[in-house]
Amino acid sequence: MTTYLEFEKPLAEIEGKAEELRVLARQNSEMDVEKEAAALDKKAAQLLNDLYKDLTPWRKCQVARHPNRPHCKDYIDALFTEFTPLAGDRNFADDHAVMGGLARFNDQPVVVIGHEKGHDTASRIERNFGMARPEGYRKAVRLMDMADRFGLPVVSLIDTPGAYPGKGAEERGQSEAIARSTQKCLQIGVPLVSIIIGEGGSGGAVAFATGDRVAMLEHSVYSVISPEGCASILWKDAEKMREAAEALRLTAQDLKKLEVIDRIIKEPVGGAQRDRKGTVAAVGEAIATMLKELNGKSRKDLVAARRKKFLAMGSKGLGA
Amino acid sequence: MNWISNYVRPKINSLFSRRDTPENLWTKCPECGSMLFHRELADNLNVCTNCDHHMAITPRKRFEALFDGGIFSEVKVPDPITDPLHFRDQKKYPDRMKSAQKSTGEKEAMLVAEGEIGRTPVVAAGQDFSFMGGSMGMYVGNAIVAAAERAVKLKRPLILFSAAGGARMQEGILSLMQMPRTTVAVEMLREANLPYIVVLTHPTTGGVTASYAMLGDVQIAEPNALICFAGPRVIEQTIREKLPEGFQRAEYLLDHGMLDRVTHRKKLREELITILRMMMKLPPAVAGDLPKPAEEDAAAKAK
Repeated sequence: MTTYLEFEKPLAEIEGKAEELRVLARQNSEMDVEKEAAALDKKAAQLLNDLYKDLTPWRKCQVARHPNRPHCKDYIDALFTEFTPLAGDRNFADDHAVMGGLARFNDQPVVVIGHEKGHDTASRIERNFGMARPEGYRKAVRLMDMADRFGLPVVSLIDTPGAYPGKGAEERGQSEAIARSTQKCLQIGVPLVSIIIGEGGSGGAVAFATGDRVAMLEHSVYSVISPEGCASILWKDAEKMREAAEALRLTAQDLKKLEVIDRIIKEPVGGAQRDRKGTVAAVGEAIATMLKELNGKSRKDLVAARRKKFLAMGSKGLGA
Repeated sequence: MNWISNYVRPKINSLFSRRDTPENLWTKCPECGSMLFHRELADNLNVCTNCDHHMAITPRKRFEALFDGGIFSEVKVPDPITDPLHFRDQKKYPDRMKSAQKSTGEKEAMLVAEGEIGRTPVVAAGQDFSFMGGSMGMYVGNAIVAAAERAVKLKRPLILFSAAGGARMQEGILSLMQMPRTTVAVEMLREANLPYIVVLTHPTTGGVTASYAMLGDVQIAEPNALICFAGPRVIEQTIREKLPEGFQRAEYLLDHGMLDRVTHRKKLREELITILRMMMKLPPAVAGDLPKPAEEDAAAKAK
């Protein structure tokens, strides 16, 4: 069952009609509807193509948050072998919004870390909708430290609405935990490749995304604040999220122009949620390429290049 | 036409308008409501003389009180691209900048200076909450990088006074990128083994706390300063319960192990001198009046 987004309503209608016709034909064998249904299919395919050809930033936000989009766990299950989750920050708790551990990527041992949002009500609650608490970032710091000591590359998968704004999270030092995680990203002497697979929500995303290579899926977003949050602050009206999404320049395409990210990973027509397997495979290829680019670099060179890369952030605007 | 309209009326008008001017000589303390005379308040570093409430103070005023003899020289901060995203909400970003520049008389939300405090050479950076909420954009990033580079070059400690609502939304992703960018600056100091002291002032929130403002070797806060990642309103809306008294205030953070010290603004200078001189393995500060600052500092100021 496809979950249609608000802007996909016309598509839902056409696909629904085609489906109805086929159901009718199955009940009544004399009817020949295939021609008509095929015409509708064609129309639907065309419409899907048109809809996704030039998604507005706000629509991209919706696609990036689509519940059927592959999440961190899907990528880990499909692309990594021998995944061995490692839990806890050795301090307070294990944060289920962040998963991570040892795994093999194309037989190469790596450390993989990512935000997991969950796929149904129960798992979403367990994963806190991908909103990490300080323990999540401290677990990541621990894992990155381990990767550094044993010379294992780190792969991070980013998909979070943001760090969790809760009482306990604040009391236990949410901001310090995020700052330390970003700092750890900048310190490790092993390759760090980051992929924004859905939502790159503010500081909670930066904490894992300060990598040697940063890639984004075509319809993912990465922003300093959610469009809703920005709209309510600057427009004093949360309903102005379309305008805010536009102004914030949060799409992969704009971020590439600004040289904030290194590469865009193409999504299937109609978004990652319509071809999960294809998307996962494309991300796998990108990880392989990026790891290869960094292969054989010395610790010193890696750290120096990463620093240089982030020091240069923002030296390029969108131009006139 | 006659002397009444030509002479008497302007005279009356000028008398009345003159009566309006003294208004800003008095400031009302937002905490206890006392009326405070401007000179008295300034002498007390914008701390209420009645209830000790710490009001905002601009970096320039703070530095005048911090550095020996009020002498410091500004560290040049490279200019970033203006309005890199062509951002526009209800107002254009360059227009917001212009009005902030006009109302504050400052160029941007951070001032970097070098000089001596208690004869201890330091670099200091101060964030200006009155300039667009102190928000961290490219310029603030540049300022912190410049401050760290200068500190490393001169082998001096860096003191950073933070005050910001968070990242500057008008610079979108580029403001977010100042989080890793300023963290690189902190790394430079760390590598050079130079003390990095953060003084958190009211309010320091959002992405600023989740980067350079929480990475100090010593973390000091001014009393009752709001310090948080997510603001209290956002949290109340998320968890739908009332937050405890004093939540996310300096003293609360101190209790929860997130700060080293909470220090009154009037005692801050002395404390910074004491801490820094120990960290830099210098002899204890000389008590009492200090000799006049060295010639070179005066020359630097004159430049």
